[in-house]
Amino acid sequence: MGLSVSIKKKVNGFILDARWEIGDELAVLFGYSGSGKSLTLQLIAGLMKPNHGSIGLNGKTLFDSESGSNLAPQERSFGYVIQNLALFPHMTVHENILYGAHGLSRTERDQRAGVIIDRFQLAGLEKKYPAEISGGQKQRVALARALIRRPAALLLDEPFSALDNPLRVEMQNFLKEIHREFPIPIVFVTHDVFEAFAIADKIIVYVNGKIAQIGTPAEVFTRPANSDVELLVRTRNRLLQSVESAQYDATYE
Amino acid sequence: MDTLLFSLKLSLQVATVATVFVVIIGLCTSYLLARRNFPGKELLDILLTLPLVLPPTVTGYYLIVLFGRNGLLGRHLYAWTGWSIMFTWYAAVLASFVVALPLMVKTTRAALESVDEELIRASYTLGHSEFRTAMKVIFPLAKRGIFAGTVLSFARAMGEFGATLMVAGNIPGRTNTMPLAIYSAAASGDRPQAVIMVVIFTLISGIFLYAANKLTRRLI
Repeated sequence: MGLSVSIKKKVNGFILDARWEIGDELAVLFGYSGSGKSLTLQLIAGLMKPNHGSIGLNGKTLFDSESGSNLAPQERSFGYVIQNLALFPHMTVHENILYGAHGLSRTERDQRAGVIIDRFQLAGLEKKYPAEISGGQKQRVALARALIRRPAALLLDEPFSALDNPLRVEMQNFLKEIHREFPIPIVFVTHDVFEAFAIADKIIVYVNGKIAQIGTPAEVFTRPANSDVELLVRTRNRLLQSVESAQYDATYE
Repeated sequence: MDTLLFSLKLSLQVATVATVFVVIIGLCTSYLLARRNFPGKELLDILLTLPLVLPPTVTGYYLIVLFGRNGLLGRHLYAWTGWSIMFTWYAAVLASFVVALPLMVKTTRAALESVDEELIRASYTLGHSEFRTAMKVIFPLAKRGIFAGTVLSFARAMGEFGATLMVAGNIPGRTNTMPLAIYSAAASGDRPQAVIMVVIFTLISGIFLYAANKLTRRLI
């Protein structure tokens, strides 16, 4: 069970060659911009087609170059949230969320919408348009819209990167809570080393379209597999060192 | 007075019917041109745009070649039914349709292409079909351009003269739309009649544009 990915894709001279598997955990795809993380999500969601490989979700084949099977994005049960959130500007908060509840009966839809609006602290905002609400509220609408039809997995492409730090941490914690309530595979793309460390159950490190390391945050930060990964995690380790030495100085000076 | 009322009513009728077809067919072709790739796409675009640059008489001539009693298509229609579209008010609709369609397609295609691709992808990943996405996301977000195209098309259809003259003729009480009636009045030296119709036509066009502007602001 879970999400398994084994894909090759060539785009404008860039080659993505990624292979990984996750269970019902929060996996962070971590690496520099342009290392193939977002491309991976688009391929998983079915918005682009890999040249080779296979993608499977909970035992179901979504794509397989051998057998030629390739499900349309509509037939893949993912909740997909991107950086700019893609909220429909002509729909209210309520309409945006209901738009995610495709194929459900009216009563089921309304019932789920009520529950999710309460849970995502959006009560009172139902009739507002995306342009009229705050950044954090928009994030919650986008997550609610992605979750209302109970997808088999969540794909999140730098969803919080437009937020200021305190709000960002709040949203990270909120995501962890939501994950406890919906234990499904979550793939979270970020190039922010602190974010990766804060939320990941598992980190998948991307370097130039290849997987450089897969492990828990502790493993990746204490035992980087190679110099590329070392370079990626160095900012964080340096900062922690300087905090530690500052504490040391404060204690002993 | 009879001529005036008849031609005014006929012009409105022709323009309205032509615009209905322009909107339906214009939306479909604009969508294909904006979002699909297929062989002959640019050729289709050029064919549809040509009436915008050709003299209306040339467009009218092509319509005769196609739909005339001995025309490529009209011949078969006449053989089956004994009926020809030429010199009926339907021909005036056809002429207005062909001449107004490019205005609809140009404006609508640009509006459809400006809809954020991310929103369309979001709709797909939320499980919505291409058709539903078009109806719920793409067209609503392009409604400003679609509305502008519709207004332009209606105005163009109202004012259509050259192609209409070629295919529908200028038969009093049957196919003399207002622009044609004005031409007849002016040509036959009936100045008072011509002046009245010119003023009325100008007033109606002005009111129409005013209403369209107002509606645009309310709608969007």
